[in-house]
Amino acid sequence: MKHCDNFIVSEKKFLNQSFYKLKLKATKPLPEIKAGQFVEVQVNSDSKVLLRRPISINDVDYQTNELSLIIQTVGQGTKELAKISIGEEVNLVYPLGNGFEVKGESVLLIGGGVGIAPLLYLAKQFNAKGVKADVLLGFRSQEQMISLDEFEKCANVYVSTQDGSVGEKGLVTENSIFSKSHDIIYTCGPTPMMKAISENALKNNIECYASLENKMACGIGACLCCVQNTTEGHKCTCTEGPVFNAKDIIW
Amino acid sequence: MEKLKIQLGNLEFQNPVMTASGTFGFGLEYEDFFDVQKLGAIIVKGTTGEKREGNPAPRMCETPMGMINAVGLQNKGVDYFCQHTYHEIKHYKTNVIVNVSGSTIEEYIKVAEKINELEHIPAIELNISCPNVKKGGMGFGTDPKMAAEVVEAVRKIYKKHLIVKLSPNVTSIAEIAKAVEGAGADSVSMINTVLGMAIDAEKRKPLLSTITAGLSGPAIKPIGLRCVYQTSKAVKIPIIGLGGITNATDAIEYILAGASAIQIGTQNFVNPRIGLEVVEGMKEYLDRHNLSHIWDIKGVI
Repeated sequence: MKHCDNFIVSEKKFLNQSFYKLKLKATKPLPEIKAGQFVEVQVNSDSKVLLRRPISINDVDYQTNELSLIIQTVGQGTKELAKISIGEEVNLVYPLGNGFEVKGESVLLIGGGVGIAPLLYLAKQFNAKGVKADVLLGFRSQEQMISLDEFEKCANVYVSTQDGSVGEKGLVTENSIFSKSHDIIYTCGPTPMMKAISENALKNNIECYASLENKMACGIGACLCCVQNTTEGHKCTCTEGPVFNAKDIIW
Repeated sequence: MEKLKIQLGNLEFQNPVMTASGTFGFGLEYEDFFDVQKLGAIIVKGTTGEKREGNPAPRMCETPMGMINAVGLQNKGVDYFCQHTYHEIKHYKTNVIVNVSGSTIEEYIKVAEKINELEHIPAIELNISCPNVKKGGMGFGTDPKMAAEVVEAVRKIYKKHLIVKLSPNVTSIAEIAKAVEGAGADSVSMINTVLGMAIDAEKRKPLLSTITAGLSGPAIKPIGLRCVYQTSKAVKIPIIGLGGITNATDAIEYILAGASAIQIGTQNFVNPRIGLEVVEGMKEYLDRHNLSHIWDIKGVI
């Protein structure tokens, strides 16, 4: 069941120059939310930004009835959203998309840039099942990094930066943990990164799931704008994704 | 709500608010948000003779107060609709209207004939104005002779209410409307999307796979209003107005310009409950202005 409700901003924190985190408190009990699902955020009803912005769910706290989102300022919408204050209302359509299937004993979660957001909730779900996931996070440099404290509480964390300022230097596919064997790889991040990870995983017969970030309008399968080309034709990223089995994706 | 009840040709509507084809799926997608049967009509996704994959990605980009789409009539084809989707929506206690699209007159006829057989589909909206397909589509809707030809052909085999959806990408939409009226259309809906384009200056590339595509949203409301106004002075058949409606006030403006009913399109993506809000807002407007029926203000401009 999808919902459309106002949430109250309960916390707002800038994590680095372009990432910020919003904690949003629901006014009614949250429905069951899967890791990898997303929300469509209405920027501001008075704004000149028309469409909602699809943002993946970073974390869910059923006790406090709060959702967390990590948002990167990339365009007008996310810039305007960054001006919201604690106590203000924001409208969400949620929870959307298929989400990740939490399975496997030895799993590697790979995030790049703001794509690390949904992997926290996924790592927590693995942890709750008694699986400590390997989490590999890629950033351009130290400036683009965010605090990894929460990841460290529930997973084994590895970092790659392109300039080598933190962790191993180079791409995530060059990180030493990437070459260790895992049952399943889960990834979210820039398309070239996910494509390289998927191709590598398939070559080594490792199951791999990628969460895509295609441009989206409705978020509920009505407009057919966000399609991904797959071995079974065009599929809506919003309803049949955002998580796809890498073997089905035609990049 | 007698104040909002209308009749277009032989077809009754509990209110003049419909959802535009391609923006509301088959109604099913919106069931979680409100009782979609409270709409005057649901116009379902454009249906063609065969399954279509539509255009490659990227298919959508946002522009100031609007969006451009290049979906290109992705759908599962008329047979799939008749055998599967129809059975999921035929129980709706409101008008379910199928948007009929095609590349050739034969294809339009084939789809219309099959939809004609469906008991719970009281009307079709003949789409001669899709800007996102290479063949047919808008080609039929930008030439009065071709528009009349396709409408005449479909009129012969389609017995129920025939709406023809028109393109604003013409010099005179009133001329096209007159042509389809002469060919037997029961009503016209306007406007389909406005042909537009968007460019990424940094990458020096178009933002959509088809380069040019259909602009919708609040940005096109003034064009829609103008088209309805001009057409209302030229034809006798009812006009269903659409283009950039985001609230009841916008809907009222279309009625004032001469529309008998309205459709909501892009705003369904922004506010999934907008259809119901517009129905309630129109009623509130009539109460506030002490009007007994929505058509009391139809075309007063």
